[in-house]
Amino acid sequence: MQQRTPIEEQIDLPFVESLRISFQSLKIRFGRSIITTAGITLGIAFLVSVWTNNEIGIALQESGRQSTINTFEETAEAGISTKDIWLIIMSLIVCVVGIANSMLMAVTERFREIGTMKCLGALDGFVVRLFLLESGFQGFSGALIGALIGTLGAVLLGLKDYGLDLFFYFPLLPASPEDGPMQLGVIVIILLGCILGMILAVIGSSFPAWRAAKLPPAEAMRTEV
Amino acid sequence: MADIVVKTEDVVKEYRMGSNILRALDGINIEINRGEYISLMGPSGSGKSTLFNMIGALDRPTEGRVYIDGQNMSQLSQKQIAAFRCHRVGYIFQSYNLLHVRSAHGNVTLPMIFAGISEKQRNEKAEKLLDMVGLGDRMYHLPDELSGGQRQRVAIARALANDPSIILADEPTANLDTITGREIIDLIKRLNLEQGVTVISATHDLKMLDVSDRIVDIRDGLVERIRNRDEIEIEVGEVGGEGE
Repeated sequence: MQQRTPIEEQIDLPFVESLRISFQSLKIRFGRSIITTAGITLGIAFLVSVWTNNEIGIALQESGRQSTINTFEETAEAGISTKDIWLIIMSLIVCVVGIANSMLMAVTERFREIGTMKCLGALDGFVVRLFLLESGFQGFSGALIGALIGTLGAVLLGLKDYGLDLFFYFPLLPASPEDGPMQLGVIVIILLGCILGMILAVIGSSFPAWRAAKLPPAEAMRTEV
Repeated sequence: MADIVVKTEDVVKEYRMGSNILRALDGINIEINRGEYISLMGPSGSGKSTLFNMIGALDRPTEGRVYIDGQNMSQLSQKQIAAFRCHRVGYIFQSYNLLHVRSAHGNVTLPMIFAGISEKQRNEKAEKLLDMVGLGDRMYHLPDELSGGQRQRVAIARALANDPSIILADEPTANLDTITGREIIDLIKRLNLEQGVTVISATHDLKMLDVSDRIVDIRDGLVERIRNRDEIEIEVGEVGGEGE
């Protein structure tokens, strides 16, 4: 059999092109993107509200103010109680599981699309990069909205508990009082929430995307969800 | 000497189904000439789609070798395989496999994006191809807004985007009514005749026999027989007669 022109190597697409395709994809499946993003928003909102609420409690107690509603046992304890730690850990788990699940579903239902893109000449790395960009953007925007909602929720709860005193002692910035536990401050919590949301979304989607990208296209296209 | 574009040597494909091993291909040897229209025929489960996947580098054989243009496919790097799928082959599937979030135009431009063609050029080419398949007025419709026949036309236009030398069509008419199926077959045949594209089609649609140069009958993962066009014409007549 005679040898024709040798098969060349596929080119790597410029980053801008990946960015454009991923944004296009987010825009077109806007409804589905919103649902996935809402999963992230809820997880982070829950975590941030519990965490911020806890910080507000500590800050107000440090300042000598007491809750107008909290029970005696709760206000008597300064610093993070076991119950608070438990609540934060629980909310973190809910957040991790919720986000991982949202992303996993969002990628798995697109296995066929991944297979098709590979048929048309997409490199494995390109497919993974596309999902990384999409999920990173969804993760960050979802987490930012979630963190703001969570903070708002915690502030409203604080207002109910402490009244307007809340604003005089609002733990906006990190503080490490000598006789009390270290406080991260609300800004840091919001930032951590955003980073966590983004990282979880990226991990949650990149693993199944990587697995799908590695599959031969025939197998990826056969996958039924 | 015939110019062989595809050659398979003892191709075996096994699938693991739980504890069982299913041998979908049991040692396939075929040679396909450049510019030929080949139909892979056989009942469901005969292995024709599996063979189609092997020839199109969509799956790897368990044993044996597939040569395209003299190149052993198992020796290609991942980047070369991607380039092969992008430039040398155009795929047409039974279920169209269009990206439902991209318009007809967006689907046709995608392989050209992967090939690194400029935006202006790919827009012009997509318009030309969609015009050619008769979808000039529905270019910006999403696949969900198109009929089955129109979707398959988009898939054909997409398959032609990077001027491939081989068209691989996996049961392209199976989801279409008789008349639309006929139109799709005619369109593929026209490409074969006018542009010299090699067409390899897995099918059990008898209409496909009519336009094929050769038919490869696959049964139980083996090549049962290979018939040329003359024999096909006689047998089509018989089959048609039997059906009436």
